[in-house]
Amino acid sequence: MFTFCHASIVCFQALSSLLTAVTTISLTELILAIEQADSPVALISAVRALSAARSPDAIPMLIRVLGFNNPGAAVAAVDGLVQLGEEAVEPLLEQLDGYNYGARAYAIRALAAIADPRALGVLLEAAETDFAPSVRRAATKGLGFLDWHKLPDEAITHGQAAALKSLLYISHDPDWALRYAAVVGLQALASRNDSAELVRVVLNRLGELLQLEVDAATRARVRFAQRSLHIWSDRLLAASR
Amino acid sequence: MEPISEQQFEQGAEALTVPQAIANLSHDDLSLRYYAAWWLGKFGSLPEVSLAERRVAVDALLEALEDESDRTELGGYPLRRNAARALGKFSDRRAVPSLVGCLNCSDFYVREAAAQSLGMLGDVSCIAPLIRLLNGGVDAAQFVPGRPHLTQPYEAVIEALGMLCAGQAAELIRPFVNHAVARVQYAATRAMYQLTQEAEYAERLVQALRGGDVQLRRTALSDLGAIGYVPAAEAIATSATENSFKLFALKGLLERQVQMDASDELSERAMQVMSLMDTLL
Repeated sequence: MFTFCHASIVCFQALSSLLTAVTTISLTELILAIEQADSPVALISAVRALSAARSPDAIPMLIRVLGFNNPGAAVAAVDGLVQLGEEAVEPLLEQLDGYNYGARAYAIRALAAIADPRALGVLLEAAETDFAPSVRRAATKGLGFLDWHKLPDEAITHGQAAALKSLLYISHDPDWALRYAAVVGLQALASRNDSAELVRVVLNRLGELLQLEVDAATRARVRFAQRSLHIWSDRLLAASR
Repeated sequence: MEPISEQQFEQGAEALTVPQAIANLSHDDLSLRYYAAWWLGKFGSLPEVSLAERRVAVDALLEALEDESDRTELGGYPLRRNAARALGKFSDRRAVPSLVGCLNCSDFYVREAAAQSLGMLGDVSCIAPLIRLLNGGVDAAQFVPGRPHLTQPYEAVIEALGMLCAGQAAELIRPFVNHAVARVQYAATRAMYQLTQEAEYAERLVQALRGGDVQLRRTALSDLGAIGYVPAAEAIATSATENSFKLFALKGLLERQVQMDASDELSERAMQVMSLMDTLL
């Protein structure tokens, strides 16, 4: 969905800005097009057009779309929210859908991709306690990719420690897909900071997992993470000498 | 939408222990028996359950296959269906003879569950009885009037024969590739790939990922995952279905790739599949 979708969104943006210039389609009309879409395909195009408008006023509708039970439209809405970045964070956090786990998974994916550390609390809770595995997977991965430099210096160590603790805990989960997501998160967390100690803790846990892991796919992911991190930790060591 | 596991996870809020579930299999309340059989299949067969407990669970489920008390209006055997399905998860070949017996049950859904479980247990002694259900070929594979299913559980039988590498069944299965029911087509296509390793069969499933029906796209995804057809990785990752289905299908590809790589070094292909899986979390 990704390379293809991104390419088509870029195309769509070009097309849509052209259209906006020529026919001055207003945001109201773009939103109306979503409300009036009479087929799943029409809905997807309408959402792509709204996403491409890159307007903060589109945020409430894009968040609503996450709960429409149309995966194509939801992915387009996530793309739109991610492009809006920081501006979408507060609304996403406030409007997290407590009932519809499908919608919640997409919102968490958007938050994870925006990577704003204001989402840390929500991601920690979702990763550890949500009842829906898809939500937990998205949040678990997201914990590894947060952009820590947006936090004040004194909060970074504390935030990273909380993410690390949570990821280590989830790496014991009975569900292979959650352990897999925890490995992805641990690798990302370790390769996004310059603490040799954190890298050491992650490499230790990956070593343990390689001994214990029964699932072949997750084992392969552990080896993949070890490989990438050894390259990273060699570089850290070389820099500290 | 999520794979079945997540939906069941929602419904199955009640936590049991293995001994409780085994006891519930003979509870007076039929709905508790039914739930216990499902629960044992899902949780009783996990590696963290002791071998002794798993053996006792299999004994109890084998007994449930004989149940006469839980009947539907149409004469079906709900408890037997769940028990037959659960027995596929235990890797305990003691279940094979009883499951083969279930292939003659009057209840279609018991026969279907038994065929699925026999495919998972991997014991070739069931190949001949499974092949017998294909008697009459495509011509006999018609809908039962007034019911939503065919005369036999063709999809499950054909998939099981594919998993069991039953090469002797290939000529019988081949015509089902063009059966009128798409799910039967896919099952036959998938089995033919397993039996012949001819890429054209797998490519038909890749084509099916672009079909108009989301349910059928999901089926094609899980078939590609089951056969571990690695060239389909990109097509799976970009197909219009939910991430969970794509993630589970790619897992099948990764497992096959790692198995083929044999050495401890990760291959380029394996890393590519993992990079796609990462994007679906």
